[in-house]
Amino acid sequence: MSGPSLMDSLFQRTLEDLIKGLRQQLIGEQAFISKALEEIRKEIKSTDLSTKSTALLKLCYLSNLHFHDMSFAAFHALEVLSSPRFSHKKIAYHAISLSFHDSTPVLLLITNHLRKDLTSTNEFEVSLSLQCLSRIANVDLARDLTPEVFTLLSSNKLYVRKRAVAVVLRVFEKYPDSVRVCFKRLVENLENYDPQILSAVVGVFSELACKDPRSYLPLAPEFYKILVDSKSNWISIKVLKIFAKLAPLEPRLSNRVVEPICDLMRKTGAKSLLFECVRTVVTSFSEYESAVRLAVGKIREFLVDEDPNLKYLGLHALSIVASKHLWVVSENKEVVIKSLSDPDPNIKIESLRLVMAMVSEHNVAEISKVLVNYALKSDPLFCNEILGSILSTCSRNVYEIIVDFDWYVSLLGEMSRIPHCQMGEEIENQLIDIGLRVKDVRLELVRVARDLLIDPALLGNSFLHRVLSAAAWVSGEYVEFSRNPLELMEALLQPRTSLLPPSIMAIYIQSAFKVLVFCLHTCFVRGGSTAGVSASASYESFDDLSIENGAGSTVAHGQTCTSAPITNESIVNLLKLVELALSPLLGSHDVEVQERARNLLGFVDLIKLEALNSLGQEENDSEQKGVEATKIIRLVHDAFSKELGPVSLSAQGKVPVPDGLTLNENLGDLETICSDIELPSSNTFSFGYPSEEKDVSSFSNLQIKEDSGQSNESTSLLAEHRKRHGLYYLPSGKNEVISNDYPPANDPALQGDNNDTASDLVKLTAESLVPKRKPNHSKPRPVVVKLDEADEKPVAVKHPESRDDSLSGAVRDILFGSEDILPTSSRSNLPSSNRKGKEKQHMITQVESKENVVGDGNSSSRRRKDHSHGKERRHRKKNAEERNETDRKEKESSSNHPRRHKSRQRAEEPLKVPPQTSVIPDFLL
Amino acid sequence: MIKAVMVMNTQGKSRLAKFYEYLSVEKQQELIRGVFSVLCSRAENVSNFIDAESIFGQDSRLVYKHFATLYFVFVFDSSENELAVLDLIQVFVETLDKCFQNVCELDIVFNYSKIHTILDEMVFGGQVVETSSSEIMKAVEEISKLEAASNAISLIPKSASGWRSR
Repeated sequence: MSGPSLMDSLFQRTLEDLIKGLRQQLIGEQAFISKALEEIRKEIKSTDLSTKSTALLKLCYLSNLHFHDMSFAAFHALEVLSSPRFSHKKIAYHAISLSFHDSTPVLLLITNHLRKDLTSTNEFEVSLSLQCLSRIANVDLARDLTPEVFTLLSSNKLYVRKRAVAVVLRVFEKYPDSVRVCFKRLVENLENYDPQILSAVVGVFSELACKDPRSYLPLAPEFYKILVDSKSNWISIKVLKIFAKLAPLEPRLSNRVVEPICDLMRKTGAKSLLFECVRTVVTSFSEYESAVRLAVGKIREFLVDEDPNLKYLGLHALSIVASKHLWVVSENKEVVIKSLSDPDPNIKIESLRLVMAMVSEHNVAEISKVLVNYALKSDPLFCNEILGSILSTCSRNVYEIIVDFDWYVSLLGEMSRIPHCQMGEEIENQLIDIGLRVKDVRLELVRVARDLLIDPALLGNSFLHRVLSAAAWVSGEYVEFSRNPLELMEALLQPRTSLLPPSIMAIYIQSAFKVLVFCLHTCFVRGGSTAGVSASASYESFDDLSIENGAGSTVAHGQTCTSAPITNESIVNLLKLVELALSPLLGSHDVEVQERARNLLGFVDLIKLEALNSLGQEENDSEQKGVEATKIIRLVHDAFSKELGPVSLSAQGKVPVPDGLTLNENLGDLETICSDIELPSSNTFSFGYPSEEKDVSSFSNLQIKEDSGQSNESTSLLAEHRKRHGLYYLPSGKNEVISNDYPPANDPALQGDNNDTASDLVKLTAESLVPKRKPNHSKPRPVVVKLDEADEKPVAVKHPESRDDSLSGAVRDILFGSEDILPTSSRSNLPSSNRKGKEKQHMITQVESKENVVGDGNSSSRRRKDHSHGKERRHRKKNAEERNETDRKEKESSSNHPRRHKSRQRAEEPLKVPPQTSVIPDFLL
Repeated sequence: MIKAVMVMNTQGKSRLAKFYEYLSVEKQQELIRGVFSVLCSRAENVSNFIDAESIFGQDSRLVYKHFATLYFVFVFDSSENELAVLDLIQVFVETLDKCFQNVCELDIVFNYSKIHTILDEMVFGGQVVETSSSEIMKAVEEISKLEAASNAISLIPKSASGWRSR
C-alpha cells in the first residue's frame, strides 16, 4: 500500500483503502495524508464522476477527521452534485454541508441543483437537499427556494414534511420575509396529529420563541392544546420551553398553564420531562406558591438521588429558585453543604454557588470559615473556585456584607496562605482597596501585612507575590500603626526578596523608605533623646492624623507609639542594614529597582553622617548638630504622611482637556519625538503639574486626595502605569483604586511649595466627603469610603438585534394582523399595501423574484403556483371553520387573548383587495 | 438547538465531528481538543455534563457519555433538555449497535459515511427529527439500498462493498 505501484495508478483507492492505509501508518500519518491529498487533487479533476466522487469522499473524510481544508474542492462538489446517481449526490451534499459557508464563491450556483432535488420524487433526495439547505442557506438561497419549501410544508410524505418544517427555521432566520409565505402553513402543522410532524413544528416554535417570545403569544391556545394532549415526552418538553418564555409576558396565560404543568409534573415518570417541568415552574412560575412547593419536592427527590446527573440538575434547579425563594435553599442546606465534598466537580461548583447565595452579613464569617476549610482540603481547581467566590461575594457592592473588617482582613491573610491559592491579584486589590476605604481597619491590616512579610517561606511562592506587594505597600503606607517598624524593615529587606519580580521589589524598597523615614522621625523629630522611650500599647487614634495632615502634622505623628523601642543603636543598625541590602541593587537590571534603591541610599547618605554624629553626641549637642538632618527627615516624613484616598473610576473623565491638547488626534508620531527629546515641556502632557493645582481643586469633590510628597513612590508607580497606558495621560487623571496602580502621581516640585495648598485640599475633601468618625472600639460597621458614581458598575443595556426585529416584525404582522406594521425588510420592494392583500402579494413577489433571478421554467412555476394557491384557499376555508369552532371553545373556556380574536376576524374577512402589482396576472382566481 | 455532535476516542482522536454551523477546520480542531482536554480529566461515575461556555461561548451546554473507548459528545443550547439529550445519545449508540451488531470503535472508523447517515437521520440542521432507533434503521437501510442500486449501474462495484454491512 505504501509504495507506488502499477495497481495504484490503475485503480483508485477507496475511502476504505485510505483508512486502512492511515491505520497502518507505514510512512507516518502526516506523510501519508499529504500523499493522499496529492492523489485526491489529481483524481478530483477526473471527468469520470465515480472517480471524482470517491476522491471527494476521501477529501471529506480527511477534512472532517483530520482537519484539512477542503475549500478548493467547492466547485468539484457542485459537479458531483449534478450527477444523476444518488450515491454521488449524497457524497456531494455531504461535502457541501461540510465546507460551504456564506462566502463560498460558488454558493449561488447551487440554487438550481437544490431546486431540482427539492422537487424530486425521491424522498431521500429531497431530504438530502433540505439537509443541505438547513446548513448553508443564506439570504439568496432562502429567498429563492422559499416557494419550494412552502410546497414541501404540506407534502404528504411525513419523512419530507418534518424536514421541511425543520428547515423553515433557517429560512426564516436568513430571509424574514419568507414568514409571510410559510408561516400559515407552519401553524397548520401545529394541528397535525402525527407526533413526528408535531415534534418538528414545536421544535421550530421553541427556537423561534426563544428569540422573541412576544410574537408567538397568539399561538398560545394551540400550544396549550398540545401541552394537555401530548403523549410524547419530547414534544411536552419543547412545549414547556415555549411556555417558559411566554408565561412571564402574559399573567392570564400563566394562570391557565400552571395547573396542567403541575399535573404533568405529578404524573410523568420520565426524568427529563419532570426536570423540564421543575425548571419551567421555577423560572417562569415562581410566584405560584403551590407549584413552587411541588417543584421543590421534586427537586428534593433529585438531590437525594444516586445518579450524579440528577443530583447536579437538582442543585442547578435550586440555584434558579434561590434568586426568588431563598428559603428553599436553606431548607436543603444539609444536602447542599454535603455536596461540597462530592467527588463530582459539577456538583461541587453548583453547591458552592448555592452556599454563596445563602451568605448574608450575619453568617458570612461562619460560612467563609467552613469554605476555607473545604478549600484547604480540595484540589487546586476547586480550591481557587471557592476562594474566588468568597472574594467576589464579600467584595460585592463595596463590601456590603462585611461588618467586621478586622475579621475580613485576617481572612484575606489566611486565604493567601492556602497552598493552592492563585487569587493573589484579587487579594492584592482588596487589601489595598480596604486600606484606602476603611480607616478603622488599618491597624489590623498592618498586622496582617506584617505577618505575611515576615514569613520568608512565602517569598518562594510566585502566586503570592501580588499579595506580598500589597502587604509591602500597606505596611509602608500605614507604618504608624506598626508595633515594630524595625522588624518590618528587616522583613522588607530580607535577602529572599531577591526572588521577587522587579516591579514588586520596587514596591518593597519604596515601603522600606517610608518605614525608615518613620523610624528616623520617631527617633529624632519627636524629641531627639526621648526616642528610646517605649510608650504604652495604646494606639493613638489617627483622627488627628487625617485632620492635621500637612506640614504641621509632625506633632500628631510624634505621639504614635510603638511597642518596640527605637533606640539610637537600632537606628545605626537600621542604616547599616539598608546600605547592606540595597547596595547590590544599585546594579540591578531593572531601572525601577535601581532608581528606588538609589533614592533610598541617597537619602541615607544625606542624613547618615549627621544622624550618626548626633546620636553619638550628648543630648544637649544633638539639638544643634542634628538640626539639618532633622529638617530633612521632617520634610520627607511630611511628604509621606499625606493620606491617599480612593479615586473615582470616572475621575479621568472629569478632567478638562487643557488648551492645545487634542486627545482624538493620533499621538503615535509623538512617541518618536519623545524618544529623542528628553521630556516635552510640562504644559502639554506632563506628569507633574505645579501650575495645574487649581484644576485639581475643582475636583475636590471626587475625593482626590493629594499626597504631596509621594514623589518617588508615585514615579515608580507611574512608570508602571505608563507602561500600560502609554506616555500620554493627564496628570490629574487619578489611577483607579482597584487596579494595581496606587493613587495619584504628583510632581516632585509639589513637595515643597505646594504643600500648603495640597494639604488644604485634602482637608477640604476629607471634611466634605468623609464623614467624621468618632473613635469607637465597640465595632460597629466602620465607615467604608464610597465614591459617588464610580462604584456602581456600568449597566450594559442590550438591545435586541435588528435582524430579529425584522423576523419578529414579520411574524407579528401575520399573527396580530396589525395594519401599521409595514414590511420591515428593506429587500421587499412592494408598494405599501393593504394588509389583506399582503400575503398574496408576497407570494407573488416570491415567485416574481425567483423568476427574475433565475428566469427559468415559467410554465412549471406557474403550475406550481396555481396548485399551491388552490391548497392555500382550501386551507384557508378549513381554517376559518376550525377557527370558528375553536373560537367557540375558547369563549367557553374563558379565553384570554383578545388580540387573537382580532386577528382571527381579520383572517376570516373576505379577501377583497386584489394585489396591486399587475406584473403577473392574478393567478389566484 | 443542537450545535455539534462529536465522537472521539479516549486518546482524543476524533471519530466523528458534526457542526451545525459553519466552522473553519482549525476552529473545529481547537474545539475538539478543548472538549477532550476536559473529558479526559474527568473521573468515571461523575455527572455527564460539562461547563461548555468556556469552550463554545454563551448559552451552550455539553452532555457526554463514555462507552468503552469512545466519548459521545453533544453540544446544545438552552432550548434542549439535558436529560433528553442524554437519552438521545443512548438512542444514537443503540442504533449504531443495531447497525453493526455490537458496535466497536473500528466499525465507526471504517464506516464514515454510514455513521453520518445515521446521525443525519436523527438530527437535522440542529433539530432532532427522529428519536426511534428502528425508524432510523429503516431509513438508513433504504438509503443504503438506494446507494447500492445507483452504484450497481456502474460496472465498478468497488465502493459498493463498503455500504453492504449486513
